[in-house]
Amino acid sequence: MLNFIIRRLLIIIPMALLVVTLTWTLVRIAPGNFYSTERKLPPAVEANIKKKYGLDRPWYEQYGIMMWNIVRLDFGDSVRYQGQSVNEIIRRHLPYSATIGLLAYLVALVVGLAAGIIAALKQNSFWDYGSMALAMLGLSVPNFVLGPILVLAFALGLYIFPPARWGGPLSLVLPVVTLSAIYAAYIARLTRAGMLEVMRSDYIRTARAKGLDETTVLLKHGLRGGIIPVVSFTGPALAALLAGTVVVERVFSIPGLGNIFIQSVLNRDEPLILGIVAFLSILIMIFNLIVDISYGFLDPRIRYE
Amino acid sequence: MAENTEFVKGASLWRDAWRRLLKNKLAVFGLVVMVFMVILVIVGPPILRLTMGFTADYIPADGELIKSFPPSLEHPMGTDEAGRDLFARVLQGGRISLMVGVISTIVSLIVGVSYGATAAYLGGRIDNVMMRIVDIIYAIPYILIVIVLLSVFGGPNTPSWIRSMAETFGGVGNQGLAQIFLLFFALGLVSWLTMARVVRGQVLSLKNQEFVLAARATGVSTPGIIFRHLVPNALGPVIVYATLTVPSVMLTEAFLSYLGLGVQAPYASWGSLASDGVKNIAIFPWQLIFPGVTMALTLFSLNFLGDGLRDALDPQTRKF
Repeated sequence: MLNFIIRRLLIIIPMALLVVTLTWTLVRIAPGNFYSTERKLPPAVEANIKKKYGLDRPWYEQYGIMMWNIVRLDFGDSVRYQGQSVNEIIRRHLPYSATIGLLAYLVALVVGLAAGIIAALKQNSFWDYGSMALAMLGLSVPNFVLGPILVLAFALGLYIFPPARWGGPLSLVLPVVTLSAIYAAYIARLTRAGMLEVMRSDYIRTARAKGLDETTVLLKHGLRGGIIPVVSFTGPALAALLAGTVVVERVFSIPGLGNIFIQSVLNRDEPLILGIVAFLSILIMIFNLIVDISYGFLDPRIRYE
Repeated sequence: MAENTEFVKGASLWRDAWRRLLKNKLAVFGLVVMVFMVILVIVGPPILRLTMGFTADYIPADGELIKSFPPSLEHPMGTDEAGRDLFARVLQGGRISLMVGVISTIVSLIVGVSYGATAAYLGGRIDNVMMRIVDIIYAIPYILIVIVLLSVFGGPNTPSWIRSMAETFGGVGNQGLAQIFLLFFALGLVSWLTMARVVRGQVLSLKNQEFVLAARATGVSTPGIIFRHLVPNALGPVIVYATLTVPSVMLTEAFLSYLGLGVQAPYASWGSLASDGVKNIAIFPWQLIFPGVTMALTLFSLNFLGDGLRDALDPQTRKF
């Protein structure tokens, strides 16, 4: 087990470097750059800018310098936000995205698991069809439509929650609900399918046969196997939530990392793009590792050599 | 005679699936809505032009009419800020949105199926390398890939085959349409990853199963095994996953349009109409509600249809 974890942790490093390399290549293939504007720069100015950022060197030297900095976890300064280091920008904006992302996932987990379990236990009942139709609705409404509708109803109509901005727990409600809808829907569907499959398996029959009460069978034996698909979904979902909150950040004017990332791509802010991509890809791989480890606890039949 | 029996057997697999699909009320609902929607966006715009004179970009000459009117008998979905009939724009947007969904899915299908099947068929180290590449591309935010693809091949750099495709449909020098065609490929090229995994998993699990061994033992030829036994079994999950890719690609397009990177004026998609509507939500709510609801209804139906197809076509998951 320990061997497995160490091996997987070690492989994260080359994988992250490959991701960074590919991203760097993508950014370099794209025409245009961070300093070009509508107006053409005088050649002398352009030459000076190139010199300052080392863009006058051959590409392999630039690549080498970039990689060496990244290996030392020094992502340099943003070329767009003058005088601010990439690490600083990430540290400043990540807490917002992480807060609404994690809260949204918790909400999605509670709602999704409850709906999925009820749907599976009362299969083909009103509750089953009702919750699955709601889940399908959650998957079908784009969040940039859902968010403004919620604002219109609960902030501008009923005056219950503030329509935008960051401040106080009440201001978190609408963004978290908007963000969690699609994940709750996904989790409900995964839970239902997983529970339906597990509740018909032999070990559940064994648990019932040895006289356990239905609650224990359901929660201790059924759920552990049934939520494995949900656990697999959690890794990528959490990573996407930490970065993919762009729409919610825009709708509710929250200064999160998602919007910073989109802006950095549009601005060709190479150090910032690479920094955020490296950070996120390491995060994704660590989440995936935790997910893989937790399989072993959930399903004793899964073993790692 | 032998040919004939084989044909009947081959057809029964699909007929069976079709029968199961028709039993699923939600899937039938999805199918009916989709057929209706496709017919509507195809025949709707010309009918609207002939009867009412409205097109997606018709702006009334009367200055009094250049403002956003709420829904009325004349304009069932109201008009937008420029006085254009929203119903005509939603129909026109539906053409683009559905085309984005279908064509991008076909692109992802071609890339994903060939990649996944190659990896699984070759196996060993090549399979390992090919799937690690998929893992790495997974870790790059797809939005970055889409933006780079759109900017590398956008404007004057559009490949000539994309441009000539756009010209076939929209006339010479139609840069807006060329941009939309580019979007089809960009979205297709970022959504093949899961498809590749699905196909690889299928081929891997199928090539060692007993029924393949049995078929080989009874003397069925290799192409026979592949086409009579492996492909029909792998096709189910592929079709199912493709049906579920269509709505997810349409959502991605809507998201890109919301960011201002997707379909650009004068063209419109449901996503770009809805994101325009979001800006005016408090004053002209119909500008968001009609494109938004149309899009949600379509995605809803596609998802139900995909689920129904999974139950009908995929014997492995058809347990309940």
